[in-house]
Amino acid sequence: MSAANEERTVTCIVCPSGCRIKVGIEGSEIVRISGNQCKRGADYARAEVTQPMRVLTTTVRLEDGRLLPVKTASPIPKVLLFDAVKELSGVRVKAPVKIGQVIYSNVAGTGVDVVTTRSWN
Amino acid sequence: MRLVVLPVQNRELVIIGGGPAGLSAAVEARRLGIKDVLVIDRESEPGGILKQCIHTGFGLHVFKEELTGPEYAERFIEQAENLGVEIMLNTMVIELTADRRIVAVNSREGLIEIQAKAVILAMGCRERTRGAINIPGFRPAGIFTAGTAQRFVNIEGYMPGREIVILGSGDIGLIMARRLTLEGAKVRCVVEIMPYSNGLTRNIVQCLEDYGIPLLLKHTVVNIHGRKRVEGVTIAEVDDDMKPIMETAKFVPCDTLLLSVGLIPENELSRLADIEIDEVTGGPVVNQRMETSVPGIFACGNVLHVHDLVDYVTQEAVSAARGAASYLADGGKKYKHIPVSPGNGLRYVLPQRINVDAMPEERQNFFMRSVRPMAKARLFVESERGVIKSSVLRYVKPSEMISIQLDRDEMRGIKMLNFSLREEGDSVERGE
Ligand SMILES: Cc1cc2nc3c(=O)[nH]c(=O)nc-3n(C[C@H](O)[C@H](O)[C@H](O)COP(=O)(O)OP(=O)(O)OC[C@H]3O[C@@H](n4cnc5c(N)ncnc54)[C@H](O)[C@@H]3O)c2cc1C
Ligand code: SF4
Repeated sequence: MSAANEERTVTCIVCPSGCRIKVGIEGSEIVRISGNQCKRGADYARAEVTQPMRVLTTTVRLEDGRLLPVKTASPIPKVLLFDAVKELSGVRVKAPVKIGQVIYSNVAGTGVDVVTTRSWN
Repeated sequence: MRLVVLPVQNRELVIIGGGPAGLSAAVEARRLGIKDVLVIDRESEPGGILKQCIHTGFGLHVFKEELTGPEYAERFIEQAENLGVEIMLNTMVIELTADRRIVAVNSREGLIEIQAKAVILAMGCRERTRGAINIPGFRPAGIFTAGTAQRFVNIEGYMPGREIVILGSGDIGLIMARRLTLEGAKVRCVVEIMPYSNGLTRNIVQCLEDYGIPLLLKHTVVNIHGRKRVEGVTIAEVDDDMKPIMETAKFVPCDTLLLSVGLIPENELSRLADIEIDEVTGGPVVNQRMETSVPGIFACGNVLHVHDLVDYVTQEAVSAARGAASYLADGGKKYKHIPVSPGNGLRYVLPQRINVDAMPEERQNFFMRSVRPMAKARLFVESERGVIKSSVLRYVKPSEMISIQLDRDEMRGIKMLNFSLREEGDSVERGE
């Protein structure tokens, strides 16, 4: 977060209303949240401005060359998505795999596991 | 390959297509006690389009958790297997008649002929390519539909290109913008001719805004450059009649153009069986039990109308299975229907006709799409007697299907149903 006073606009995606939420920032503090219709939106906007988190979905290779879809078991900081993809690009996994199996730990130093999203024989 | 014609097989319920619609229908049919359920799919694995949709966003309604496409599919594949559904893979259905004769072909058995008591159509949809046809310029390599690109990257494992422009802001294009960006490509922009996006808001935020990819509304591609391979495109703003304003034209260098300009229900087989097709949805006209104009043939999922949420596909498939079960039980008794029509503000409503007394469930689902975005609108449900029900909807978008339910008691004795939307606020444009 930058140190200056600013107002950031966040589109809330918690529900289909898609409220445009304005977040007023002074120094490194959130001083004002407006435009949200509910508390969930305020929480979302606060997180988006401080530390936005995303679940990463991508693929890794099985040793035989087939692609295995995977995801992070929980959201990781948005700024680390590219690092995580790069780290996973070298991973090779031995078949068979079951859905939900951990194939990589602590991706990009987040402490979060990467799990498979399908089974392969 | 030599084709050997085998004797006609007699089957109770045959489901054409093993995507989420076909699998959900099969699972429900077995639960309802239909013993002989056969699913036929041309691919080597069941799951349909979900196999390549590795992103999250599936199943929030059905499973109350956010799954990826393959995870959603695997749950239904597992249920289908546990319930003894027979799935015939690598088999393409090439013919369907109005008396429910099916001809399919595969490399093991050659031609297969099946006489089914009931059929559920679940063939999904295919991608429109029309958006590119009107664009002048050569037809160099490097033009793909977004779904083809998705298959390349997520199933086959190679990149369609490095510098990308996406025409159309449908969800597949948005999802691919993110995926290609994370894989190291540069997505220059998404170009949308309409003044609003056709994608889900969450996809605009998480696939474009997150990566600073511009969404150019009221813009289109007017020229494709390059002889062998795409070298760039010319884009321009359009006026209110969607005509390009040539003074605004500018060149954008790229090696790949992805088309995300919509989906069309896959109804070649339905036409062969003389099933009545709704010109607006591009899919069959159905009644309260998802039965087409041909008795004993039912439809659900993207073959019926294009869905944005797989959860509604599953809901619809369950209704189709219940419909097929009631048909198998009543032996195809004839019913009279009342018309269901879209009024102001709505493009279509499904089902297009109903018989209130023959509803397989106490509540009837209705699915509809608005003609344009509205910040706030009132939905009216009327019969010849007047308003039956009205409710306020917020942030209506053509890309997000509206689903409402009516109780049998609310509809008893009526002669027609009309749904309409009246705007109550300013029109919204989001994602600009
Ligand atoms: C790229 C993309 C992204 C999406 N993202 C989301 C999302 O984030 N969240 C969400 O909820 N929904 C999403 N959807 C919507 C949802 O996934 C689809 O609506 C749903 O998968 C449609 O299911 P279906 O079974 O009708 O069709 P499909 O999944 O297309 O299945 C049809 C099946 O029929 C088979 N078939 C067709 N013709 C024949 C024939 N003649 N003989 C034999 N087999 C045949 C095909 O091989 C295929 O397996 C997305 C859709 C797409 C295309
Ligand atoms: S602020 Fe509340 S109402 Fe608005 S989009 Fe977010 S969750 Fe929905």
